[in-house]
Amino acid sequence: MSAIQNQPVSRDQAKVMRRADLTRRLVARLKHEEAVIGGIGFSNFDLFGAGHRAQNFYMLGSMGLAVPIALGVALAQKQRRVFALEGDGSLLMQLGALGTVATQRPTNLCIVVLDNGAYQITGGQMAASGAGTDLIAIARASGLAQSAWAADETAFEEMVDRALTEDGPFVIGCRIDNARPEKQTPRDPSRIRDDFMRGLGVKK
Amino acid sequence: MPDAAALPPWHQIVLDTFKQNDIRLIPYVPDNVLRPLIEGVHADPFFHAFTCAREEEALGIAAGAWMGGLRSMVLMQTSGFATLANVIASLAVPAQIPVLMMVSERGTLGEFNQGQALVARTMRPVMDALAMEHHTITRLDETGFIVDRTIRQAVATQAPATLILSPLLTGGKAQP
Ligand SMILES: Cc1ncc(C[n+]2csc(CCOP(=O)(O)OP(=O)(O)O)c2C)c(N)n1
Repeated sequence: MSAIQNQPVSRDQAKVMRRADLTRRLVARLKHEEAVIGGIGFSNFDLFGAGHRAQNFYMLGSMGLAVPIALGVALAQKQRRVFALEGDGSLLMQLGALGTVATQRPTNLCIVVLDNGAYQITGGQMAASGAGTDLIAIARASGLAQSAWAADETAFEEMVDRALTEDGPFVIGCRIDNARPEKQTPRDPSRIRDDFMRGLGVKK
Repeated sequence: MPDAAALPPWHQIVLDTFKQNDIRLIPYVPDNVLRPLIEGVHADPFFHAFTCAREEEALGIAAGAWMGGLRSMVLMQTSGFATLANVIASLAVPAQIPVLMMVSERGTLGEFNQGQALVARTMRPVMDALAMEHHTITRLDETGFIVDRTIRQAVATQAPATLILSPLLTGGKAQP
């Protein structure tokens, strides 16, 4: 994301937005059966809340693994665009994954970091991101040059459109508030996996 | 069983068996004993091999790749397996994803590192607690059979499985 227009340089300059609203905006732009991996907790609840799609994988319990799972899908299906929705606390747990993505350079992968500065689902305890750790700066320093904060909702949509049409990998940083998700994902991991594989055309 | 003297080295048998089972993606965290296998998969364009920062991450990649239709084998050493109980219990088992792992068994049969010797003792109890299939390969003449059958069963039953490479097979690493 070389164009800096609508993309502030640091976390403090980005607007604080709503996760459910951003997730709906993302899903509304997906027209080609793009895969979406929702990270632990509220990231996947809001993905489910935006309307179930067969190409959604709701990751229920493996904190920090939305990005690696998305990378695996992206390596397996190079023609399909793949999005990972990951919380800041989760990404902090698996920062090395950014270096792996940078090394593999999957052109079809976009990571959306949902940064509320906290571990919201466990009670809102502050994460390092809430004290100034800038995950987009870390992504850039990991070798992911196309990493930027979304200034506001319009900027977010523009960045998603780029990720849908141009060569990635991309990382989009979104500051979010602590609104509670509207829905909860049904907890049935084998069914989620089976639906997802059918949605990706791997199972008939 | 074939005559061991006429067989290729263990890492060649393993590599050939991966190929026969269409295992193409090899995410790994390095181990010294695994070096000839790692060098073999890097040298062969059939495979896509790369290092990961953590074994957990490698399992996540293998799970995603499986769901996208690509088979993997995650390579690691015993200490790496000790970091995996959560991802196996929270992802591979409940979602029924046949993640395949190959562990170079360290910390036994003449090792010198006390930490590895201790953590090695947690490996099989964790696998058993997860009711996960695991086989230890000790003999060259059994290597192809065990690797092949373990992969096939994991895929057919949609369950993770681990192949443990004993120092009896690889020579391991002993106190100099
Ligand atoms: C390995 C591991 N450690 C801790 C937990 C408990 N846990 C579940 S979700 C969560 C917080 C996730 O934070 P973040 O990704 O920022 O998402 P948010 O809750 O803010 O939406 C924690 C600590 C866990 N599930 N797994």
